[in-house]
Amino acid sequence: MRIVLAFLILLLAGAAQAESITLASTTSLDNSGLLGRILPLFTKASGIEVRVLAQGTGQALATAARGDADLVLVHDPEAEDAFIAAGHGISRVEIAWNDFIFVGPRSDVAHLAGSSDAVAALRKVAEAKAGFVSRGDKSGTDSLEKRLWREAGINPLGAPWYKDIGGGMGAALNVAAATDSITLTDRGTWLSFANRRDLAELVQGDARLINRYRVIELAPSRIKSGSPAAAHALATWFAGAQAQAAIGAYTVGGRALFNPGVKVIP
Amino acid sequence: MDEFLPIVLRSLAVSLSATFGATLIGLPLAAVLALGRWPGRQVVLVMVHGLLGLPPVVVGLVLYLLLSRSGPLGLLGLLYTPEAMIMAQTVLATPIIAALGHRAIEGRWLEFGRALQASGASRLAALPHLMRMARGGIATALLAGFGRTVSEVGAVLIVGGNIAGVTRTMTTTITLETGKGNFDLALALGLVLVGISISASTVVLIAGRDRA
Repeated sequence: MRIVLAFLILLLAGAAQAESITLASTTSLDNSGLLGRILPLFTKASGIEVRVLAQGTGQALATAARGDADLVLVHDPEAEDAFIAAGHGISRVEIAWNDFIFVGPRSDVAHLAGSSDAVAALRKVAEAKAGFVSRGDKSGTDSLEKRLWREAGINPLGAPWYKDIGGGMGAALNVAAATDSITLTDRGTWLSFANRRDLAELVQGDARLINRYRVIELAPSRIKSGSPAAAHALATWFAGAQAQAAIGAYTVGGRALFNPGVKVIP
Repeated sequence: MDEFLPIVLRSLAVSLSATFGATLIGLPLAAVLALGRWPGRQVVLVMVHGLLGLPPVVVGLVLYLLLSRSGPLGLLGLLYTPEAMIMAQTVLATPIIAALGHRAIEGRWLEFGRALQASGASRLAALPHLMRMARGGIATALLAGFGRTVSEVGAVLIVGGNIAGVTRTMTTTITLETGKGNFDLALALGLVLVGISISASTVVLIAGRDRA
């Protein structure tokens, strides 16, 4: 029991050291290793420790709306609009972008390879009844997929070839790899994903597939730590020279995953 | 991922703390259930057994809603901390320790209770003797509680948030690394987890045999 108490004290001491803020972000930014690489630079410069909650965009925004985060970094324009309209967020700045791609088995029964039209691709998927894995978790990727289906004029819900797995990007890629299915993925998660098996990049290059990451500063009443200054410091840092250079310099297997680029969203 | 060892140690720290907390609540409850004959005892007994299969995700969800800043205990600021994970696992382990502990103590009470009372001991005075005689069963109860806490992922993922270096445990790391397709790492941690579980039961079995 003494050991237990010693453990507990160590644990609590470890948890309580520096000023810390909670960043609710998406799995794509965290699982790809980007945040783990660049955030230590911020901590070193500011002394503020950043705790990353890696959730889908829908869940990250819900977490922030409940007052359980200090800053949000997500990628779903429509959900962000609703979040800001509801008064939870006060400002939004784009800090990085890359793109989404359709990946699927090399056998490519729907003949998607080489195409760059995301909506036409989904029509072909439905026509060929090719296996398709959907996140189904209200993440940024999931919202985009649903928007593209709407644009294609197809409701795939309930179709036997459409698998709604209700899971993260990695889970969806695992299912797609195991069942020879097509799925929509952000490029960062795809490039850092280690279990691709027979999956290959099939569709890319559509303007609708651009993936923009935005930092949202929260209304003071929503900020968890009670330290708007620290949250503002991190938001400013993301858009600053050091973070932007680090985002551009981050590679996995020799390939850049994210493009830096700052744009204030009015 | 984080370093391997800190994750293992953090997991152990959280689960041992939770087992400790569950023992503080569950063991006295077990004794009261085994020795006492009071109104409502049957109801409590049924409840304790009913909660044996408490789903971790439900515990996680309820605790999340309580600890969230919008929730009634939000001011404590405990969401996404190791303390929140300890609370969740304590809730999960308490019924196990109470139910199995009750069974162990009651067995000895039925066996030796009359003899102890005949020698002039009150129920309260007989308790330390009973506990000593039932220590094998009590150790099993604590071990079962620990096993439940160290292996569950549903509750700690929700209330801990799987934050690197703060609330990332063995089970949440396995979930995360599986999601990244890093099966080697996930499997390695899985083996450590199984190893801990087997060593703990071995120790209890050996200790129980020596003292029986």
